[in-house]
Amino acid sequence: MQYFVQQLVNGLTLGSIYGMIAIGYTMVYGIIGMINFAHGDIFMLGGFAALIVFLVLTSLFAGVPVVLALLVMMIVAMLTAALWNWTIEKVAYRPLRGSFRLAPLITAIGMSIALSNFIQVTQGPRNKPIPPLVSSVYDVFGISISLKQIIIIAVTAILLTIFWYIVNKTPLGRAQRATEQDRKMAALLGIDVDRTISVTFIMGAALAAVAGTMYLMYYGVVVFTDGFIPGVKAFTAAVLGGIGSLPGAVLGGLLIGLIESLWSAYFSIDYKDVATFSILAIVLIFKPSGILGRPEVEKV
Amino acid sequence: MSNMTNKLENAGGDLTARALREAFYAGLISLGLFFLFVGLKSDQNILNELILVQRWGLLAVFVIVAAVGRFFVVAYLQPLNARRKASKDAAATTETREGYIKRNFTVIAGVLLILYPILAVALFGVQGSLKWVDNFGIQILIYVMLAWGLNIVVGLAGLLDLGYVAFYAVGAYSYALLSSHFGLSFWLLLPIAGLLAACWGVVLGFPVLRLRGDYLAIVTLAFGEIIRLVLINWTEVTKGTFGVSGIAKASVFGIWSFDISAPNNFAKYFDLPMSSAYYKIFLFYLILALAALTAYVTIRLRRMPIGRAWEALREDEIACRSLGINTVTTKLTAFATGAMFGGFAGSFFAVRQGFVSPESFVFLESAVILAIVVLGGMGSLTGIAIAAVVMIGGTEILRELTFLKSIFGPDFTPELYRMLIFGLAMVVVMVWKPRGFVGSREPTAFLNERKAVSGSFTKEGHG
Amino acid sequence: MASATTTTAATTMTKDVILKVEHLSMRFGGLMAINDFSFEAYRGEITALIGPNGAGKTTVFNCITGFYKPTMGMITMRQKSGKEYLLERLPDFEITKQAKVARTFQNIRLFSGLTVLENLLVAQHNNLMRASGYTILGLLGFPAYKQASKESIELAKHWLERASLIDRADDPAGDLPYGAQRRLEIARAMCTGPELLCLDEPAAGLNPRESLALNDLLQGVRKDTGASILLIEHDMSVVMEISDHVVVLEYGQKISDGNPEFVKNDPKVIAAYLGVEDDEVEDVIAEVEGEEGGLK
Repeated sequence: MQYFVQQLVNGLTLGSIYGMIAIGYTMVYGIIGMINFAHGDIFMLGGFAALIVFLVLTSLFAGVPVVLALLVMMIVAMLTAALWNWTIEKVAYRPLRGSFRLAPLITAIGMSIALSNFIQVTQGPRNKPIPPLVSSVYDVFGISISLKQIIIIAVTAILLTIFWYIVNKTPLGRAQRATEQDRKMAALLGIDVDRTISVTFIMGAALAAVAGTMYLMYYGVVVFTDGFIPGVKAFTAAVLGGIGSLPGAVLGGLLIGLIESLWSAYFSIDYKDVATFSILAIVLIFKPSGILGRPEVEKV
Repeated sequence: MSNMTNKLENAGGDLTARALREAFYAGLISLGLFFLFVGLKSDQNILNELILVQRWGLLAVFVIVAAVGRFFVVAYLQPLNARRKASKDAAATTETREGYIKRNFTVIAGVLLILYPILAVALFGVQGSLKWVDNFGIQILIYVMLAWGLNIVVGLAGLLDLGYVAFYAVGAYSYALLSSHFGLSFWLLLPIAGLLAACWGVVLGFPVLRLRGDYLAIVTLAFGEIIRLVLINWTEVTKGTFGVSGIAKASVFGIWSFDISAPNNFAKYFDLPMSSAYYKIFLFYLILALAALTAYVTIRLRRMPIGRAWEALREDEIACRSLGINTVTTKLTAFATGAMFGGFAGSFFAVRQGFVSPESFVFLESAVILAIVVLGGMGSLTGIAIAAVVMIGGTEILRELTFLKSIFGPDFTPELYRMLIFGLAMVVVMVWKPRGFVGSREPTAFLNERKAVSGSFTKEGHG
Repeated sequence: MASATTTTAATTMTKDVILKVEHLSMRFGGLMAINDFSFEAYRGEITALIGPNGAGKTTVFNCITGFYKPTMGMITMRQKSGKEYLLERLPDFEITKQAKVARTFQNIRLFSGLTVLENLLVAQHNNLMRASGYTILGLLGFPAYKQASKESIELAKHWLERASLIDRADDPAGDLPYGAQRRLEIARAMCTGPELLCLDEPAAGLNPRESLALNDLLQGVRKDTGASILLIEHDMSVVMEISDHVVVLEYGQKISDGNPEFVKNDPKVIAAYLGVEDDEVEDVIAEVEGEEGGLK
């Protein structure tokens, strides 16, 4: 039982990270109907930004408090990733809006290849390990919960609350939802669609960067190829929850995290990614609209 | 755009001011983008600790290039394009007769390809030709064949497949395992590998029949990854990440062998000096023949009911069903046919490398193949071949650019930039030509006159 | 209602039924789109299914052509040979392939990137597949396929002439003007060799000249092949000219059934089209009868 709960906690931590990345996928898919393949690499970019900020902080201010360091890492990573995603959308995706539908997908794959190789070229191909930032571990009823895990779950909860507020309660969120429903009509009603889409990319990237920071803190290492597998898993999460649905993305993320840690714990760690991918395939085949998504009706 | 031309006529100074302003912003943005990643580099020291290396000069170069580039684009390129567009709109589009080269493109290309190894040997000698035949010729032709195979699924039937590399892997492993366990020859295993891949095409195609669009893409991606992960983890059979090595070479229909020890060795038989170049040249003709077979079958199939049904499926699935077309079998045959050529290419790959491992069948390969299909212009064999030459040949050339070392210093390795440039090229080509190099479609039947169908009418399918 | 059923009953005796729809019901979640709907279409006739917007006409069509599976009811197709098919049990493509029912769509569904000729060749898929030995013999260059291929082009040519599209044969279908696209869709459906042709609002959005061309094509279809036609319209005036038999649908239920003259004067139909309350129907009946008296 203790072992099971332990795995539950691990899964929840992992799931929080996936959930935060998944939101970026789901929002972009919802608003312009494209799989932003480069989103996983934005997450990796965020991780690298956090890494470099961490190195700057430790080399300039030796005794900086951990909380402050994490906060600065997170904020700089968010800003950098947001700027990258904003630029990418403007340069690579916007010119293709409304054209041939495969073109943006190919551009996004191209961007993904370019981003990971850009980091490889500028930062080198090797693993980047950092000393552990926080190492306290608490024992709660025989289950060891690390401070890292608490931070990750707490940060996710706080950010998702803020995010939920923005999407549901502000004019910006309203514009976003309207654009998602019907882009043309939204434009006719005076919504700046281009700006709304830009903001969507910025928000998605910021969350991915936080996820990247948390990932770096949790595993203590980041490498230029880190965008792909977490990216695909987060996309799986978005699809599992029902693509286009924000609570769905979070729920999907948590589920994927849980499945992955439970599968590794009870079955085989080698095949954990196979499990994730199989779930993706099974969900899409039997319930393409996901858990919380609206089914797509085929009009004859 | 019209706004811009107006401005151009009104005031030139205004334009310069705007260009300067935009250049400033571009510089600022690139400063933000590259500050952390170019300005600073995380590096391991001797103690294997991460340290920072500062590169402010390089960062300055990036920012200046971005700013200056933006200035030139806004101040010169955009007005120029606007003017050119205006003059193009004004002048009626005149029909130009297709040039001799364009009309006989296929024949010329075919002859050149057949002569290619001979030319390479003549120019660079037997040993010197190796690089040209192997790195360029064979490498490009493998991708041409793979892309032509995928074209049946994506370009004709409109089913977006992001896991095509799975079939390539099935073909490669089929040959590698069956030849090392049972000692069967390449010529027997080639069709078997194709058939096995085709079966996998049906097996993987069946569950995704109902899926459309991006969902299909993601599930096929998932299948591709599952197959790779199984290859990695099923160590008893596949030897995992170590891969299968020592795969037998192919022979010239069993007449001449390329095994050095064999009595009927090609070089011995013809009293030629020993060289691996002959095998490579043989492989070149082999892949050329396989690619030609792919093209021939594709061209023939397009003029048959099944090929037309594929294209109709791409255009409108519901209309297909209303015309009595069984869309299930139509989709499955597309998957199977595409997969079969992937399997052929895979067993060729195994023969060429003599070694297969899961490393060769990552998602990136699927992405590259798909990119070639889309960049070439979906459905167009010529366009795809051009795209393969440009994208694969272009990045292969980077390996050859050793003179760059004299500019950027001896540490400079151009290969490192291969995939970076490949990715950026994908973006640039798509933004520049969203429909690919050859955007028009050749009709499969005509009454009076064969007219190419403009890309604006063809659909990309629901996948 | 009573009078309507008696007239159909009278005509059924003498006419050859091609399509028989019995107690058809279709439910979408809580919405009963079609409720216990029965009618018959006769061989060689043009039957029109009319009704106000949202009456459920297209749903009936989708049930007949297999795109929806009805919640309840039976749809029987009787071919000339006497062979009968239960359409609600067949998958959609088999309905065209075996039962020989072809259809068009309200929002035209052409293969816009294929040429006009290719559109018609795709429609002959099943014939050509058989002739090409399911691709294999054709790939090997057997003469049977070449012959079949030639014949298929001849058939396509025939329908192109009928639809006056022969000049545009090598142009992409997406390039045709609207009216020509409608005609092409009908010609394409005819290339499948149907006994019953179902047209979903064929005249919608056509200008008078295009309407005329469409009428010619439909008359040609009947004369050449003896195929029966079932069409949906919401515009009464179009229907009255060309159809032999009219069925009126409102809120998923049949409210009238008979020849155009009968339906035109059925007070229920008038009420449905004018949108009056139930208790006002009586008034409308009185009015209509008064008008008719006046005309006489």
